[in-house]
Amino acid sequence: MRVAAIALNTFREAVRDRILYSILAFALLLIGASVILAGLSIGQESRIVKDLGLASTSLFGTFIAIFLGIGLVFKEIDRRTIYAIIAKPIHRYQFILGKYVGLVLTLAVTVGVMALLVFLLAWLVDGRPAPGLLAAAGLDFVALMIVTAVALLFSTFSTPTLSAMLTLATYVIGRLSGDLVLFAEQVPSPGVRAVIRGIYLILPDLGRFQIGSRVLHDLPLLPANMLATSAYGLSYILLLLLLAVSVFQRRDFK
Amino acid sequence: MEPVIEIDELCKDFRVGFWRRRTRVLQSLTLTVQRGEVFGYLGPNGAGKTTTLKLLTGLILPTAGTARLLGRDLTYVGAREHIGFLPEQPYFYDYLTGREFLDLCGRLFGLRAPARRERTTRLLHEVELEAAADRQLRKYSKGMLQRLGLAQALINDPSLVILDEPMSGLDPLGRRTMRDAILRLKAEGKTVFFSTHILPDVEAVCDRVAILVGGRIRDVGRLEDILKTRTEAIDLALQDVNPDLAASLEALAGSPVSRQTDRVLVRLLDEDALDRAIRASLAAGARVVSVTPQHQTLEEHFLREVREADR
Repeated sequence: MRVAAIALNTFREAVRDRILYSILAFALLLIGASVILAGLSIGQESRIVKDLGLASTSLFGTFIAIFLGIGLVFKEIDRRTIYAIIAKPIHRYQFILGKYVGLVLTLAVTVGVMALLVFLLAWLVDGRPAPGLLAAAGLDFVALMIVTAVALLFSTFSTPTLSAMLTLATYVIGRLSGDLVLFAEQVPSPGVRAVIRGIYLILPDLGRFQIGSRVLHDLPLLPANMLATSAYGLSYILLLLLLAVSVFQRRDFK
Repeated sequence: MEPVIEIDELCKDFRVGFWRRRTRVLQSLTLTVQRGEVFGYLGPNGAGKTTTLKLLTGLILPTAGTARLLGRDLTYVGAREHIGFLPEQPYFYDYLTGREFLDLCGRLFGLRAPARRERTTRLLHEVELEAAADRQLRKYSKGMLQRLGLAQALINDPSLVILDEPMSGLDPLGRRTMRDAILRLKAEGKTVFFSTHILPDVEAVCDRVAILVGGRIRDVGRLEDILKTRTEAIDLALQDVNPDLAASLEALAGSPVSRQTDRVLVRLLDEDALDRAIRASLAAGARVVSVTPQHQTLEEHFLREVREADR
């Protein structure tokens, strides 16, 4: 009940913020424009719509996760709105969990709208539905949930600017972590290799959540793999939330 | 008597500056507030009033010591079920309407929808915000926010209400409303613990006060007891005073006497001088009309405590 109250309030804050609509409008415009771009290519229409659509959904989803996530807790402390909340019979972990669920809910709605548009446009261009698109967007959503948890963790102890930089760095490295392993194998120095491997092990492997290329090439989606990846993502989120709670638990709201 | 707030040797350190040096802002605070009391927590800016209130409401964590609220340890979140808190200069979610904000607060207390609706409607009426109930808080004035702050502090029908500087920044009308609200809470049998530096309000509503200076309690007790402990002067009113007596009284008082129609008023600084003045007056055939001790005001007492602490 208390977690739901905080979550609902966080969701309400997001949907009453113009920034969300600006990002969403821009994303929908870009996804819509993919149809025009597709018209310029010969024989690749469906591929361009799907490719550009999934990429836009992922990119703008990440924007929302980062830009709203970095302010989740910081803004509450900075604007002192937290005083009236924490003084009520609510555990601090419930507050953190509520903020997180609220933003994930916001993301679910916005990413859902974007993914649905991509799905419908691809259907229109292709003449047949491609449910794989929704599966790809769904798995990518788990990656967005990780990014949100990273932003939330940073938000519990640092300023939005620093949080944005750190979350963005985590996102970029996380997306490239597959390449990171390949790169590590090329490095002659064992010390540097160990550091790169360490980074790979600590940061989330966000590349695993990208299965768009399988959808584009009509390859089977391997549900067992998707399930394992989702489980990996959820465990990672749990760890991040535990960390965020342990930082937040000790904070003084001066 | 049943204690509602029991603070025992509570200390709080903050780390300040670049080197994160430890500074003690609350020093071994011990204080008890009884059920049904209106308790004023006084102190100049920076004395540690807000720090104490934040400790009591779980916003900051104590460095040492303990406190019990309504018989439950401070660290127990459930202890806040029956506590209402109005933070200093209330900052609330400006994208919510007054009604939505109260509903959110009700949810945080675990109130069910019908109870929330009923309490919200009643409190909005009580703090005279019915007309603005569905307006976003960003459009509220400071006085309106303060009133909404009071309403959210009462959403759970608390038995202990903690208010941080409830009168600061309000116009005379707003202060009056807040004062009346405190008296109403007292009449309902609730305990009110509030910090302030606006002294006339304290004299109007408090049963007991504590004076906090530099993180330490300097004085605590009933207002009249605190103020009685120091008598500033004694006014002696006499009739039938001849000029010789007037001259010797002026010598005793160290200041001129004042004449009011048939009376003479002498202000004496201590009881010894009073004794001698009365004896001399009776010997000279004058009549003693009244002897009135002049107590210090709360403001004088407060300033003296602050000055003594500074020394």
